[in-house]
Amino acid sequence: MTTTLPAYDEVVARYEPVIGLETHVELGTRTKMFCGCPTDFGGEPNTRVCPVCLGLPGSLPVANKAAIEATIRIGLALNCSIAEWCRFARKNYFYPDMPKNFQISQYDEPLCVDGYLDVEVNGETVRIGIERVHLEEDTGKTLHVGGATGRIHGATESLVDYNRAGIPLVEIVTKPIPGTGALAPEVARAYVTELRDVIRSLGVSDVRMEEGSLRCDVNTSLNLPGEEWGTRTETKNVNSLRSVERAVRSEMLRQASVLDAGGRITQETRHFHEDTGDTTPGRSKETATDYRYFPEPDLVPLAPDPAWVAELKAALPELPRVHRRRLQEQWGLSDLDMQSVLNAGAVELIEQTVAAGATPAAARKWWLGELSRRANETGRELADIGATPAQVAELQGLVDAGKLNDKLARVVLEGVVAGEGSPTEIMTNRNLEVVSDTGALTAAVDEAIAANAAIADKVRSGKVAAAGALVGAVMKSTQGQADAKTVRELILARLGVEG
Amino acid sequence: MSDLTTKTAVEIAALVAGGETSAVEVTQAHLDRIAAVDDRVHAFLHVDAEGALAAARAVDERRAAGEPLGPLAGVPVAVKDVLATKGVPTTVGSKILEGWRPPYDATIVERLRAAGTVMLGKTNMDEFAMGSSTEYSAYGPSRNPWDLSRIPGGSGGGSSAALAAYEAPLAIGSDTGGSIRQPGAVTGTVGAKPTYGGTSRYGLVAFSSSLDTPGPCARTVLDAALLHEAIGGHDPRDSTSIPQPVPDVVAAAKRGASGDLTGVKLGIVTEFSGEGAEPGVMAVFRDTVDTLTKLGAEIVEISCPHFTYALPAYYLIAPSECSSNLARFDGVRFGLRVGDDGNRSLEEVMSLTREAGFGPEVKRRIMIGTYALSSGYYDAYYGQAQKVRTLITRDFTAAFEQVDALISPTTPFVAFPIGARTSDPYQMYLADLFTIPTNLYGGPGISVPCGLSDGLPVGLQVMAPTMADDRMYRVAAALESAVGTFTPPAL
Repeated sequence: MTTTLPAYDEVVARYEPVIGLETHVELGTRTKMFCGCPTDFGGEPNTRVCPVCLGLPGSLPVANKAAIEATIRIGLALNCSIAEWCRFARKNYFYPDMPKNFQISQYDEPLCVDGYLDVEVNGETVRIGIERVHLEEDTGKTLHVGGATGRIHGATESLVDYNRAGIPLVEIVTKPIPGTGALAPEVARAYVTELRDVIRSLGVSDVRMEEGSLRCDVNTSLNLPGEEWGTRTETKNVNSLRSVERAVRSEMLRQASVLDAGGRITQETRHFHEDTGDTTPGRSKETATDYRYFPEPDLVPLAPDPAWVAELKAALPELPRVHRRRLQEQWGLSDLDMQSVLNAGAVELIEQTVAAGATPAAARKWWLGELSRRANETGRELADIGATPAQVAELQGLVDAGKLNDKLARVVLEGVVAGEGSPTEIMTNRNLEVVSDTGALTAAVDEAIAANAAIADKVRSGKVAAAGALVGAVMKSTQGQADAKTVRELILARLGVEG
Repeated sequence: MSDLTTKTAVEIAALVAGGETSAVEVTQAHLDRIAAVDDRVHAFLHVDAEGALAAARAVDERRAAGEPLGPLAGVPVAVKDVLATKGVPTTVGSKILEGWRPPYDATIVERLRAAGTVMLGKTNMDEFAMGSSTEYSAYGPSRNPWDLSRIPGGSGGGSSAALAAYEAPLAIGSDTGGSIRQPGAVTGTVGAKPTYGGTSRYGLVAFSSSLDTPGPCARTVLDAALLHEAIGGHDPRDSTSIPQPVPDVVAAAKRGASGDLTGVKLGIVTEFSGEGAEPGVMAVFRDTVDTLTKLGAEIVEISCPHFTYALPAYYLIAPSECSSNLARFDGVRFGLRVGDDGNRSLEEVMSLTREAGFGPEVKRRIMIGTYALSSGYYDAYYGQAQKVRTLITRDFTAAFEQVDALISPTTPFVAFPIGARTSDPYQMYLADLFTIPTNLYGGPGISVPCGLSDGLPVGLQVMAPTMADDRMYRVAAALESAVGTFTPPAL
């Protein structure tokens, strides 16, 4: 970077951002969008293919009802109207990983339109308008080999894997979101988080950004107060929740520096770089392909029966916002405490930990304490930290049973995060269990009394507080694996003093 | 020419079922006939002798085992090269698919196999079914057995030529703007375009998805009806397939064969009164109208004002869909690949492959379609053409409130000499002037031989309402009973 970026506070003091988000969600249907091939992730290249998803001459698509149902449920959960009649459309452009050189998508007749999603940012509710939710098919993946970078430049061969081709994709497009000011990056992140939670609660996708089953493009523009909205850019390759926030912020700063210098924003696609946190230009919209959309003649129009739609609406699960409010009550948390749980992305983790047997307080302590600290240190999402709710509950169970003290539990947790096994296994393998065998402890206590005769005498003479030094000595000799309270009781008993 | 090759499908099936001949004998007779005449006719692009004889043996074994045989068991059939045939070359008449052996069978091909018919091979066609003469085939034209210097119609000229040359008693065609009916007309054979959605398109290499309709070709109306029955009906792999049983076309053909059309009301389309048609064709048509009247039909004239716009609307809709359908031919996954020398980019290889693989007519239509769908032109071209399509459909609907079926000459002119119309695409497009409205509407149409003009066959087209395919078979069979079938001079 050669230009110096302005400070964020100054940018939001002078400019008003407008953001918008386009999100693609890979549905977790058993089969592909237009054929019977399985959709499971992984698998040798080109083993989940057939004439239809390979686009062989003569093959024809047949729409997957489960995918249509999932899309309608997403639309309903986002408060959209469901079209009584709509069509698929062909989006025509040449690309080697697109078998037919057109994508079956929806154009001016999407399945769901005009909804909203309420998200909370800093305790405030922001209503995000949903423009449309539509259904389309995914493309294959191209692998460039023979070059140094794995990119097309310098590659000697390009290999295409069509396993992903034809997997159902739902595209969710927001209306432009003005008026969020300095909070724009956080609103963007909160929206994607909330959307992810809503879709996960519907059970229609695993919505994992790192596996690409949830992908996000972020539109950003800046304008001076009172003036028209600025030219927007579309940032792609935004692959984590944290990146959503960073991408908006970075693009706001970049655009401000261009505008400050009297320049103009080019309408273009930009790529977000996870490592540097900034964006670089991709293809310009001025030279963009004319997709020549037209209604897909190989498919009949979709006309979801209103009674069926009503049934689906009635059967929607409790949505995350409602669910969270219920949990907050159950867990007895203040708004502020709940907010910190939300900010940490720990709601589900705590919920699952409680379900696995821990108390809400203990579950919250682990996830918001030790594990959040580690997540921040390593730049990972809490859910990907390496410890599962079941393991955290198991760990707390060992503490509650007196087998681990707080300090040892932390050591065990480190082992869990490092993938050494279950808390019980780690405790056993690394011999971390609290020494509760009184015989061994008594020996240690006697040893400490003998080695500190003067202190022992003080205690005998009634200075009970002096026993702390003896407890310390025992804890040291047992390498912390003793329960301090038990040790103290033993010492006092040994010295014939009432505690 | 062996006796077996001049027989109808009905006769062959009866001989096989009765044990008077075997399916292998029948098949061998047709293979011999192909070997004797096809170097002159060029109806076939690929003859699958081995596959045909194996299929014939299977029929004979089933008969020997006492298993029930269907009404077409043991009857040879020629399949237009537009249908995917597992392991058997499928070129669509194009260089771009040269050598491609599909890994799957089209639904119709599956049904042909299930019916016990014997596939002899794949027939010639205009490249991607775009043309009316087979002159746009990348593999050279087929020739009309009535006069080898003339075209056998198109795009399915190979199938109709095979029938007229007695190389096969049955054939499969596909009709997007007349590609079954017009070849039928100019070769003196029967060709039926079923209701759109009445026959499965799964495995039919797409030209224009909303118009393409596979259908039967034969030398008699009853044979065509039997073949129609065998291949028709709902297919869950084709979303546009109609989930209803095929109308009883066989019963209708049998009923029509009595020659009685009392109570049947037929409409002559005013807009097809002869402008642009050869006088000889119109003379035969007028005679045919008289014949139909004598058979008891009531004839009225009926105006379908928007039929005049059918040809221009068709030449926007079909190219638009084709520009998208043919995008997949890019050299990446199948067929021809040109220029992949390790130095060229993917885009260059795709471009060179398409440049080398597609013929001029295909390129012309891809360009027209690409233009018509472009941003800023869509409403004026594709959008407008779709509105015209709706108006044409309304014309049909209104007409069928007054009459049972519409009649016209199938094509404005008899078989023309090879080379006569290739320099002006519009002159070629006119061959489908009378057949295209039916495709835009989606209803069924049949061409049945009705006479000769200057010694060359003329066909009558009967158009019926959607899913009333049986009506056109009844009328066609009645006419056939009156005028008979037409046999070309010996080859």
